[in-house]
Amino acid sequence: MLKYLAHRLLIMIPTLLAISIIVFVIIQLPPGDYLTSYINELQSQGEAVDQAKIAFLREQYGLDKPWWQQYLVWLGGMLQGDFGFSFEHNQPVSEVVGDRLWLSFLVSFTTILFTWAVSFPIGVYSATHQYSWGDYSLSFVGFLGLATPNFLLALVLLYLANRWFGTSVGGLMDDQFIGQPWSWGKFLSVLEHLWVPVVVIGTSGTAGMIRRLRANLLDELQRQYVTTGRAKGMKSGKLLVKYPLRMALNPFIADIGNLLPQVISGAVIVSVVLSLPTTGPMLLRALQSQDMYLAGSFLMFLSLLTVVGVFISDILLAILDPRIRLGGGASR
Amino acid sequence: MNTHPLDNDKLDHWVSKDKFDPHVAEALTPEQERIYMASQWRMMWIRFKRHKFAVWSGALLAVIYFSVLISEMIAPYNMHSRNTDHIYAPPQTVRIFHDGELRAPFTYAIKYTLNMDNLKREYTEDPTSVTPVRFFCLGDKYHYWGLVPMRFHLICPPKGGTLFLLGTDRLGRDMFSRIVMGTRISLTVGLIGITISFFLGMLIGGLAGYYGGWVDNITQRAIEVIRSFPELPLWMALSAALPVTWSPILIYFGITIILGLLDWTGLARAVRSKLLSVREEDFVSAARLMGAKPGRIIWRHMMPSFMSHLIASATLSVPAMILGETALSFLGLGLRPPITSWGVLLAEAQNINVVALYPWLMLPVVPVIIVILAFNFLGDGLRDAADPYK
Repeated sequence: MLKYLAHRLLIMIPTLLAISIIVFVIIQLPPGDYLTSYINELQSQGEAVDQAKIAFLREQYGLDKPWWQQYLVWLGGMLQGDFGFSFEHNQPVSEVVGDRLWLSFLVSFTTILFTWAVSFPIGVYSATHQYSWGDYSLSFVGFLGLATPNFLLALVLLYLANRWFGTSVGGLMDDQFIGQPWSWGKFLSVLEHLWVPVVVIGTSGTAGMIRRLRANLLDELQRQYVTTGRAKGMKSGKLLVKYPLRMALNPFIADIGNLLPQVISGAVIVSVVLSLPTTGPMLLRALQSQDMYLAGSFLMFLSLLTVVGVFISDILLAILDPRIRLGGGASR
Repeated sequence: MNTHPLDNDKLDHWVSKDKFDPHVAEALTPEQERIYMASQWRMMWIRFKRHKFAVWSGALLAVIYFSVLISEMIAPYNMHSRNTDHIYAPPQTVRIFHDGELRAPFTYAIKYTLNMDNLKREYTEDPTSVTPVRFFCLGDKYHYWGLVPMRFHLICPPKGGTLFLLGTDRLGRDMFSRIVMGTRISLTVGLIGITISFFLGMLIGGLAGYYGGWVDNITQRAIEVIRSFPELPLWMALSAALPVTWSPILIYFGITIILGLLDWTGLARAVRSKLLSVREEDFVSAARLMGAKPGRIIWRHMMPSFMSHLIASATLSVPAMILGETALSFLGLGLRPPITSWGVLLAEAQNINVVALYPWLMLPVVPVIIVILAFNFLGDGLRDAADPYK
């Protein structure tokens, strides 16, 4: 197990390095460096350009050096917790970002939990009651959920809430808590608002998960060991839980690798629509104003979240399934 | 303890007295013959037809894609023409009964008043003015596919009246015409994008699967890296990096290329694993022994054996492309006016206060969902049909 863990950790490092290179290239794509656009902007607003500050920033982020040195400076800074400088906000990125990373993580994590909690019972029900009335209607709802893009769902939900209740379902906390330090009341308020984005983001993933769990469980239920168990008089509930369900759960966890990028993508756009104080709206603004350090660190953070999530799912899978643990990890 | 009767009694055993002729084949009913003699593609067609949803979805998509060819004629208005007297007009009903008697299809003229309480523009129908809708008529000018100047429409607004089937937007432009024109852009984004990703997937997956070894290793790692990016933020970053000086048409191609460039990984994986399993088959060894070059072996001998799978999975990834473009344009990072796609139209519905007053701005949601659903059903049917021998 330890060997497998070390192996997986080692694979993660080159992946993250490659991701950081791609992110850095994207940061560099727009013509000119950040300082030229920053200076241009200041001049267009008729403000004085503080030459000393420009020189300091140029020195700090090595903007006059070749690109590979800039990359190393950027990477080194990130490893030490310095994510660069946001030129739009005129503050270090780490200060601009603040709570947003944490809230993004909270939304994604809760969405995954929601996906599991909802798809598990429905999937099991659909498989054990195949072709029943309930199975058909759940499948239909699932198909609709799969086809409805989450930001459109958010839009429709916003409209309906406005129309029928006259309230807005946007935001992630009550107005009085915005910008306030964390308190118990604020935390509760966040929890209260959390369900809307979680349901919106989670719907398509849940629908997909239900279909996969149903298919897997149906496969397992046709196996001979199930017939044997039944012939020997095993109670059907116990039979279901003890063997087929355990087998069908495998892809449930392995699928985090697909689910997580989907959830994080969804969270970005849904949070723009619902104006949540997470990374999404800020990433969008940073990209629009070409505030590339800020955009880069968001991109890096979102990818990191995905890679670490997949890593955790692999570990869980190894704990669950001895074949993977002993096979040295060549599973997927 | 009494023994079981079967233990002692010998069972009777029936033997046919007729002479056995091994050369007489078992006669097939015409029904069986039709299936046993069918070619692979014919089998797939038979299998596909059984999936009713998929057939209907395919037909629907065919109709929609055909309509893309003549979008300008279907739209009653030019999508850019502004009706300044009818800003935010609600959808109009086409009626056939006036005062209880049957008429040719017509609309009532609408009158505009401003509600001074919430500043909402309100329109009321005037049930005395009957304005008949015209068919196969000359109306707003347009350039067919941006080239040929024409005036012909399948349906036109009545003389002196209006025909806003789905209402108008903030500039008084007809929503129905705009949605019809947006369909052309949104659907072709999916097609061009999937072509790029299909080509890349076959090429890269083919190389990895055929050569194996370090080529395979490198592509596998690259695919893993690309897949561990959350898709949308990466798309957003790339399309934000497109130069602002580009013309809308260049942006359009830029976006489709970005969508295609990041989507090939799934296809490449499928191609690779299929190639690895086919590589050891006898017919491939035979081709190699006869001196066929790798390119010919891959394209002529191996690819056809799993082409159907690839087409099915490509169909299933078209919706992702369409949604990607819609999402990007919705966020203002994708296509820009004057190019109009569903996403560009939906971007106008971002402000919930406007949508609350004029809900028909959200109508572009409907074609998005219909097309996505249809592609999903079609892809499902194709996937089931791809392996008709199962």
